[in-house]
Amino acid sequence: MSEILLQIDGKEVKAMEGMTVLEAAQGAGISIPTLCHHEKLEPFGGCRLCIVEVEVRGWTNLVVSCVYPAAQNLVVRTRSEKVDRIRKTILELLLAHAPDAFELQGLAKAYGADKDRFEKEASFCIHCGLCVRYCAEVKKLNAVGFVDRGVRKEISFIPEIASKVCWDCKECFPLCPTSALQAAYVLTQALTSPPSSKTGSGK
Amino acid sequence: MARLNSPEALENFRQEILSKRDPKTPCISICAGAGCIASGADEVIAAFKEELEKQDLTADVDTKGTGCPGFCERGPVVVIYPEEICYLQVTPGDVPEIVSQTIKGKKVVERLLYVDPATGEKAIHESDISFYKNQERNIIGSNIKIDPKSIEDYLAIGGYSALVKVLSGMTAEQVLAEVKKSNLRGRGGAGFPAGIKWEGSRNAPEPIKYVIVNADEGDPGAFMDRALLEGNPHSILEGLIIGGYAVGAHEGYIYVRQEYPLAVENINIAIGQAEAYGFIGKNIFGAGFDFKVIVHQGAGAFVCGESTALMTALEGRVGEPRPKYVRSNIKGLWERPSVLNNVETWANVPLIINKGADWFTQIGTESSKGTKIFSLVGKITNTGLVEVPMGITLKDIIYKIGGGIPGGKKFKAVQTGGPSGGCIPEDQLDLKVGFDELTKAGSMMGSGGMIVMDEDTCMVDVARYFIHFLTDESCGKCVPCREGLRQMHKILTNITEGKGKAGDIELLEELSEVTKEASLCALGKSAPNPFLSTLRYFRDEYEAHIKEKRCPALSCKELISYYIDPAKCQACLICARKCPAEAIDGGKNKIHVIDQEKCTNCGTCFEVCPSRFGAVKKFSGEPVPSPIPEEERNISRKSKEK
Repeated sequence: MSEILLQIDGKEVKAMEGMTVLEAAQGAGISIPTLCHHEKLEPFGGCRLCIVEVEVRGWTNLVVSCVYPAAQNLVVRTRSEKVDRIRKTILELLLAHAPDAFELQGLAKAYGADKDRFEKEASFCIHCGLCVRYCAEVKKLNAVGFVDRGVRKEISFIPEIASKVCWDCKECFPLCPTSALQAAYVLTQALTSPPSSKTGSGK
Repeated sequence: MARLNSPEALENFRQEILSKRDPKTPCISICAGAGCIASGADEVIAAFKEELEKQDLTADVDTKGTGCPGFCERGPVVVIYPEEICYLQVTPGDVPEIVSQTIKGKKVVERLLYVDPATGEKAIHESDISFYKNQERNIIGSNIKIDPKSIEDYLAIGGYSALVKVLSGMTAEQVLAEVKKSNLRGRGGAGFPAGIKWEGSRNAPEPIKYVIVNADEGDPGAFMDRALLEGNPHSILEGLIIGGYAVGAHEGYIYVRQEYPLAVENINIAIGQAEAYGFIGKNIFGAGFDFKVIVHQGAGAFVCGESTALMTALEGRVGEPRPKYVRSNIKGLWERPSVLNNVETWANVPLIINKGADWFTQIGTESSKGTKIFSLVGKITNTGLVEVPMGITLKDIIYKIGGGIPGGKKFKAVQTGGPSGGCIPEDQLDLKVGFDELTKAGSMMGSGGMIVMDEDTCMVDVARYFIHFLTDESCGKCVPCREGLRQMHKILTNITEGKGKAGDIELLEELSEVTKEASLCALGKSAPNPFLSTLRYFRDEYEAHIKEKRCPALSCKELISYYIDPAKCQACLICARKCPAEAIDGGKNKIHVIDQEKCTNCGTCFEVCPSRFGAVKKFSGEPVPSPIPEEERNISRKSKEK
């Protein structure tokens, strides 16, 4: 892996080949907002909030920094009128689902997003997938997953697995930017019979 | 059957097949594609077999269930060779007459011929029918000549000769050069040059590579890939094997949607036959090239037609797109170089190899070469699959081939490019069909869907319909597509229901920008097109809905009212009897009146009112005239008394 030099917001930034633009920026202390990113997880590219402008062969492109590879001499702008406008709309779309989420409120302030712009669809989940991916990639347990697709997509604990493994873990809880995960867990708990011992229902 | 181990063995075998076939022997070809089967082709085939047996002709006449020739509007289609007599909408009841008259008596059954609606002239031969006459059927033209379940039929029309040519005398680089020179662009939607895609994969350092057929055709109203897979599966296999050789791949995948059972059946049969004959397997034709093909059935997700989602699904995971800043021809299936091309793209390959890139580039425009199959549907006289040279105008497709708009209605727009394509209005009908031309007009080529709309179609409702389709099919992974489309769909629905507000158009434009710019895959990036193109050409319709609560096409249910014109009503009672809401007050000799309070706007009265009366009218954006007073409703019928 060789060292590369790129330019982010006018600053010369050193990075290693194979890094993403987001990692390069974070390494240089430049902050880019994210919702679905987690350093222990594979890049997901779902929330699109980390969108930035890059210059490639004279063209300005919008790319998502959590998956876009950093490259020698790449010119990156983490803020622009367009980038800010897109981030604002993305936040407004998410606030329709989770208007009271602390993390979203902070970002909404920074980008001037109006939490009441779109009609409320209070499902709380913003589909960042942190819980699903953490459980699959780090814990290798797959106790929580996505069900259905598109606008009907939801997170759901798999009762057969969750009833055995979740009691002692719950590492996904603090990852959730809204309260959707706990709600789903409580629902699953209500649907399954409690285990006979602390270590799970046996078998 | 033993494997054919050399080009000579194949050629000998081909001659053997041809020697057994007398071109003068009558052959009854009946389309056995999904469309004609739905219209009763299986029964027609059975009836022919029975009738031939009855008349003791089985030994002298061949019958064949073939691939789809494209004229689905008039199915089941029957073509009798060698005269090439074409009969349309044939039923089992017509069969005895066809056998006695045409097969035995060499006479034409006039009533089953195509009658040109413009001239009233009858067309005896397939090639005389105006629908076919203006096409250039290089790919789909073979469908009616072969039984897709018979490799001998494919070999008889010269099948696998391109593969022989490649394996017996061309290097992979030469094949690549020929395909690059042909400037064949992907028929699946994006129009990326196939040769450049192939070259990228060939040059990628990773030694294991793949070639893949994208047969996850999911656009509403599009079925050209189905017709090819069902009707001529070997042509796609041949293209795929050649592609594998050129790229250096030894494994090919066919990703076909589960909803195409006949296509799945026929391609599997074709693979089995190709393996038995040695066109697939180890050391093909003794040239040292190994290749195998695996069929993978989709599970019903539209987004799996997107390249990265398709490859994720092939890997056995949930078919969701993944971010790609490295092209899949470099890093695709299992992170290996993977060439993914659409069914029709692969079907073009054997033709290019056999006839040469120079032949191929003679057809088409500067930047779009060859022919393209479109599925011509909607408000059009001749529904079906049409194969035309690139560069033909939309007008020629719609009027010369499609026969124009039925029912004396006026053309309004043609939607091309599938759900994320765009609508093109009448003043652009001289547009030449090509990848760049259609994009410039705000639409796209897509995979070749072409939906014709007449004056009764509301363009806002069309946008709502397609955005709804895409909202439903969005995988939900990224926010702009999942949430942006959800909101766009809500706003468009409100507008069509008369709940549009000032600022809605601007909000839709903003959401379009975010969805286009920030979505993860091509589904989201192109999803706002149906809105953007209808806004571009039919902004007045949006404004009428929002400002005047009026639907200019008189189509949006919430914005129209029905009214019976008292001057035209003949008190026939038909509408009063059919009205499901019992909203029509009327009796014998009494002019009928709709009770607007009870009316549910279902439109039944409008449909059932005899056209010679035409008494039911639609109103939008203006109040319905008040009903005529009770005492004026009686009709006295002088002339009717017997």
